[in-house]
Order: sequence, then structure tokens, then C-alpha cells
Amino acid sequence: MSEFAVELKGIVKRFPGVVANNGIDFSLMRGETHGLLGENGAGKTVLMSVLYGLYYPDGGQIVINGTPHRHYRPARAIGLGIGMVHQHFMLVPRLTVAENIMLGQEPTKSGVLLDREQAIRKIEAFAEQYGLPVDPRARVEQLPVGEQQRVEIIKALYRGADTLILDEPTAVLTEQEVESLCEALEKLKSEGKSTVLITHKLREAITMCDRITVLRKGEVIGTVPAKETSERQLAEMMVGRDVVFTVKRGEATAEEKATVMAVEDVRACDDRGLEALRGIDLELRSHEILGIAGVQGNGQAELAEALTGLRPTTGGRIRVGEHVLTGRGARDYIEAGIAHIPSDRHLRGLVMEFSLRENSILGRNREARFSPGPFWQRQRVMTRFTREIIDAFGVKTPSTATQAKNLSGGNQQRLIIGREVTKDPCVIVAAQPTRGLDVGGIEYVREQLLKMRDLGAAVLLISMDLDEVLMVSDRIAVIYAGQIVAVKDPDETDRHELGQLMLSGSLSTDARKEESA
Amino acid sequence: MRAILRFLKESTFVRETGITLLSISLAFGVGCIILWAGGYSIPAVFANLWKGAFGDKLAIGQTLTKATPIILTSLSFLLAFRCGLFNIGAEGQMYIGAIATAVVAAQLHLPAVLHVIVSLAAGGLAGAFWGWIPGYLKAKRGVNEFVTTMMLSYVAIGLTDYLVAPRGPLHDPKYMANQTARVDFTAMLPRIMKPTQVSWAIVVAVVAVILVWYYLFRTPSGYELRAVGQSPTAAEYGGVRVRRKMILALSLAGLLAGLAGAGEVLGTHFRFVDGFSPGYGWDGIAGGLIARAHPVGAIFAALLMGALRAGGMQVQRSGAAPGDIAAVLQGLVIFFIIAPTLVRMLIRWRRRRSG
Repeated sequence: MSEFAVELKGIVKRFPGVVANNGIDFSLMRGETHGLLGENGAGKTVLMSVLYGLYYPDGGQIVINGTPHRHYRPARAIGLGIGMVHQHFMLVPRLTVAENIMLGQEPTKSGVLLDREQAIRKIEAFAEQYGLPVDPRARVEQLPVGEQQRVEIIKALYRGADTLILDEPTAVLTEQEVESLCEALEKLKSEGKSTVLITHKLREAITMCDRITVLRKGEVIGTVPAKETSERQLAEMMVGRDVVFTVKRGEATAEEKATVMAVEDVRACDDRGLEALRGIDLELRSHEILGIAGVQGNGQAELAEALTGLRPTTGGRIRVGEHVLTGRGARDYIEAGIAHIPSDRHLRGLVMEFSLRENSILGRNREARFSPGPFWQRQRVMTRFTREIIDAFGVKTPSTATQAKNLSGGNQQRLIIGREVTKDPCVIVAAQPTRGLDVGGIEYVREQLLKMRDLGAAVLLISMDLDEVLMVSDRIAVIYAGQIVAVKDPDETDRHELGQLMLSGSLSTDARKEESA
Repeated sequence: MRAILRFLKESTFVRETGITLLSISLAFGVGCIILWAGGYSIPAVFANLWKGAFGDKLAIGQTLTKATPIILTSLSFLLAFRCGLFNIGAEGQMYIGAIATAVVAAQLHLPAVLHVIVSLAAGGLAGAFWGWIPGYLKAKRGVNEFVTTMMLSYVAIGLTDYLVAPRGPLHDPKYMANQTARVDFTAMLPRIMKPTQVSWAIVVAVVAVILVWYYLFRTPSGYELRAVGQSPTAAEYGGVRVRRKMILALSLAGLLAGLAGAGEVLGTHFRFVDGFSPGYGWDGIAGGLIARAHPVGAIFAALLMGALRAGGMQVQRSGAAPGDIAAVLQGLVIFFIIAPTLVRMLIRWRRRRSG
């Protein structure tokens, strides 16, 4: 038996116009958790797709348990003990956990009848053994994301995986869920399973992994033991230069900070018709970034939509300058100078099938510079404008005619930011603007928000990342159960205090709880 | 040279056209198998198909005459499709447009060119109204337009049938047939390829192609319509009033189908004849799909469908095979067009083997 579970030797994978993997060597030891780190487009997912048989490599060798292979299909990869949990889960929402897990490998009674009970017993055994609590009888669509992920992991184990590939597993998880994933990984390791963790979050790579391999532009920059490295070193390896994470607060005086947008007692329902915003009061001031801190699902998504005219309000008032916008549609909000960086790039921010050129005027196509009349769209102005965004905001793309779906997440976000920022808006609603971005991308987005603040815009930053809120904001409002429970100065508060407010809505009740406990 | 090769490899236009042509070839291939299995002579069938569609001036005239309304109904389907909607009701919109045109062209008495324009407009507007109804229901009540457009088709066919039947209000008492009175000479679209029935209607259709193309790709409203079709949520984010756009798309689709009916009345029959359409409206669904929802493609798709219809008749006459073979081929083409995944799979399979 070889000491390596998997060895990749000189893997080359080309796509039209790109070399995604350029001679990559990678080794995974038995019982190791190995982080694969890199910016978007560095070739992490491609490399692991080669290992899982989704792509045939153009060169190189895959050695599994000492046996070399040139390429194979996913079915063979599963047979070789390799399991992959994709970033977007491959589960059937309407089926139960057990049905999903046994899908394709259904145990039978006397060869015909489905033996559900046997599957359920087996799943429960796995759940117990690896510390991955799931309810085999629950329907997948009713489960929180973290549990769906556990289902995916058990599915891979159920199929006999010794080597697990997790593609950005923490991207979709809450802080608590990340912790339980950590514990599960420890357990898996103690059972002798090897894991590859694809990520671009530095802190997690260091805490969760034994060794870390950094990729950049399809090549291995280096492999380091997690214990002997630092976030700073990894960031530098990933980006190729020193990355600065510190931020300067705004220097505007109190007089300059005029209220631009006033939100008074705003109420709105979520998609299920339940009241998600229960009387929000906020003041957005120019020259200021107002950060919204909160645990996901406390009304942040609804707030962003209500403040941009995408979600009807059921009460209260939204005012920009002298204009009352309550009850108006998105177009009126756009015309009032409100820019929106939506949390969902795919659903809201871009028309994925449209070219960059068409996307660069989404929400702006009625501007006179692009459309002087109802039957006239100035194509050349559009193209020139797209070029300007591409150049000024560093969007990496082959051409202006490229479809938005063919860009990486970071480049899509750059395009959106370019489009929204160049509107010269008085208010920017930025909902989770750095989600899913790599280090370079995050740094860039934050810089842009700060720049807009310094130019005088009122920025509303909604983020699930408390560190980000603390770092960038000039004021922090905590949202809890659809209400703003506190507004804090970032220099006079800390993670601990904000965390309490986020979890319980107030400091006093929390103190009471502690007393009674 | 390499630049050309790269263009061929990467251009979406080339790829889409290539996939379409491949689908058509596959359809004819499978058609051959069916003919062979049925014991028919494959060369004889294709010879007659060709002869009936392009063999001589008369044949070409047949093809063009039949292609003319299909161009417009294809546009009708694809315009709604571009907005993410299924207009299955072009047939009915065409009947409503035809009857409105027939009334205006026979009852109003206007100078020559003006009369044509007014009659065409009447047909277009009547069709637009017939498309507006499902659009309105979709936008305000969320009623599935697939069902309403189709159902309204049968309403339109039945309604016009009643209007022109004996003792119906628009029936021409001079004849027994279910039809309206002949339109004024001033309202007729002149024939341009005598002795065939090809008329200025085909010019109207081609102009419509250009206008639809311009609307979709060169106007802010068309841009918004396509955005709604690709992603209603992103369109909403971009300030597009999505529901209004849907109403507009179905109304415009109805307008185009109405024009198809108007063209048939003013250029081919010179009156509304009950059952004048052998299914041009339904052909438009196939045409729009074969065109891969591109207006210019509608011309070629309609020519293919017109040729199949004209050639099918010749196959029937010659006795080489039942004329229905044309319908079978048409069905197969649509099958392979709608199953692009299948065709893409074939391509990928080859690549994988070579790669």
C-alpha cells in the first residue's frame, strides 16, 4: 500500500483559450485533510474535476492507491473510492434524505422491492460513526443548507468513498455550521478518510487542514504545512503580491453627512407572506457606510429588496431627498439615484445569457446616452461604455460580446459594480457584495465601496461577515427579527457585543439568560 | 486562415446554424429509414419532393406562397418566445386578423395604397387584440398563456366560421361557400410572380422580419423584452415592468399573426375563406423553433416548411408515397431541433472520444 491516497502528476487541462491546469503535481496522504487554495479561476475545481472523472486531462497521470490511470469516468472514480461534494448540491429536493442517498444504489428485498429500512439503518450507522447527524426520513427541501451538505457527504461515504473532495464547502454555511463541519472532518480523519478541501478562505484553510497547496493561474505555487503558515503568507502566494486588509475610516465631518435616504417604520413580507421586516428605521447619510450586521434570515434580503423597489412594502415610508418612493417600482428607485449591488448575481444582477455589452446597461438602458429615443439604441456608445467598465474595473474577459455566464464570479461582480458605481448614485445598497469572491476580489470590492463613500455616496452594506462589517462600516446597525435593535459606532463596540445583539436582539435579555442558566 | 477557422469554431452564429443544419440532416436521415421501412422508393420520394417545391416556376411559387404566412406566424411565435412566453395561438390570431382585414377591405372604400395599409392595419390590430387577452390574463391573474392562447385559437376559428357561414352576418350571399364578399381592387396586394399566387404579401413578411429584428436588437423596448425572456428577476432588478412587457409581447405576437391572416386575404384569396389555413399558425411554432428564435432565421424556416408543404403535395400526386411524408419530415425536423441537447450530446461524445 502506498502512503498516498491520491497522487496527481503533471496534470494538464486546456480549454479553448485557457490552460486551466498547467502541469500540476498534487499529492494527498492517507488520513490527511488537504486544502486546495487559490483565487477564482486558479484551476482548483478543474483539477478536482479531473480527479473525479468529470474532465479528461490533456496530459499527466492520476495515481490512486498506487495504481496509475490516464483518465476515467465519474462512475469509475466512485468505484475507486473517490467522492465529491459539489458547491451546488446534487440532491433531489422532493425526495427524502434516505432516498437521495441510496439513489442509484437502492438496496432491495428479494431483488425487486425497495428496502427502505435497510438503507435507513445503514445511513444512521454512518451518521453515528462519522458524527454527521441527519434525519434519513426528512425531505431534503425542508433541511437547512448545512444538513443538506452532510447528506451529500454521507452519500459519498455510502458509495464507499475513501477520498472526499469538498468544493467550497463553507461558502454556503453559517458560522455554527462551519464549526460542526470542522468536527465532522476531524472524525473522518480519525476513521482514515482523506479529504481535499477546495477553498479560498484563508482562515478556514489554516484551521481545518493539515497541508495546504496554493494554485495560481493553473500552476502550483507551493505546498505548506498549515501549522507553519499564516494568512498573510497564503494571501501573498495566492495573489502574487502583498495584500492589505486594513481600512481607513471616512474623514467627512458631521456637517457633510447629510441624510440622503430616510427609512421610517418600513414593513414588508417575505416570499411566504410572513412579515420579515417589522418596522425598520434607518438613516443613510452621505459620506458614510452603514453596515447591517445580523444572522442570516433576519430580514436582510427583504431589506435590500424593499430599499430598491423590488419588494412591495406593507407599511412605513422610504424617502430620498424630497421624493417619497414607497409604493413605487424599481425603475423609480433607479431614477432616484439608488444603485443596487444585489446579493444574487445570477438571479438579479446579470442576465447570464446576455453579453457583457448588454449587461452593462441593465437598469440603465433608458438613459439618454444609450437610448435617445424609444426606437433608438446607440450600439457604439454601449460598446464603448462596456469597454470603459472593463478597463476601469479590471473585468477579465475575451471581448464585450462574451456572455456574462462565461465570466468567473469575481469578474461578474466587477462588471456589476462598474455598472452601478458609474451611475453616480446618491445611495448604494450593497447586499453581500463580497460573497463568493476570492481575496483579490474582496479587497477590490471593499476599496470601491470606500471610494464611493469618499465621493459622497451613502452606502448601505449588508453582510453576513461580521469582520467585514466591523472593518468597513462607519456606523453599524444590528438587525434582529426584522427590526433594527441597535446602532453602534464600530470603534466603540466589538465582536462579542455585536454577536449578542445579533443572536438575541438585546444585551439585557441575554444577561438575564446567563443569570438564570 | 487560422482566424477564419477560429471564427468558425467560436462564433455562436456559426454554431447555431450548424446545429440547425445538422438537425435537418438527421431528420431527413431518419425520414429515409421510415420510407425504406415502408417499402417506398427513397429516390422517387425525394425527387418528387424537390420537384414539387423547387422544380419549376409554379413549384417555387407554391413554396413561396405557403412560406409567406409562415414567416409571419414564425415571427409571432419567436417574439413571444423571446419574452419567455409560448404563443400557441397564432392560428386563431391569424383568423381574427383575416376576418377583420376582409371586412375593412370589402366594406370601406378608399384609394388604392391607403386601402391596403388600412386593411393590413385592421388585421394586425385585430390579431393584437386577440394576443392582448391572454397577455392581460397572464399579467394580472397569472393564467398560463400556453393554455389561453391555444384555447382562444379555437374560439377564433369557431367565431369566424359562424360569421361567414350561410345566414352569418358576413357571409357573401352570392356563393354557397363559407366566405365573405370579395375585397375591393384597391385593397388587393398585387401578384408579383404571375401566374403563381405570390404577392406583395411576401414583401410585407420580409419587412416584418427586418422590423422585428430591429425591434428586438436595436431598441430599448426590445432589449427589455429579451431581458424578461432570459431572466425576469434580473429584468425586474433593471427596472423593467415585467408584466407590462409580457402583455406587450403577446400583443405584438398577435399583431404579427394577424398580419399573416391579412396577407392571405389581400394577396392570396381576396376574401376571407373559412378554413383558408392548412395550419400556418401551428407551422409558426415549428418555424420559430427551427429559426432558433432569430427573426432572420424565420425566413429560412418558413421556406423549409413551405417547401415541405408544396413538395408533399407533389409526392402525393406522383404516388411515390403518401403526402403525409412531408408532415413526418416536418415533425422529425422539429423533433431534432427541440432536442438540441441530443445533438449537442452527439457532438460532445465525438469530442470526448477524440480528446
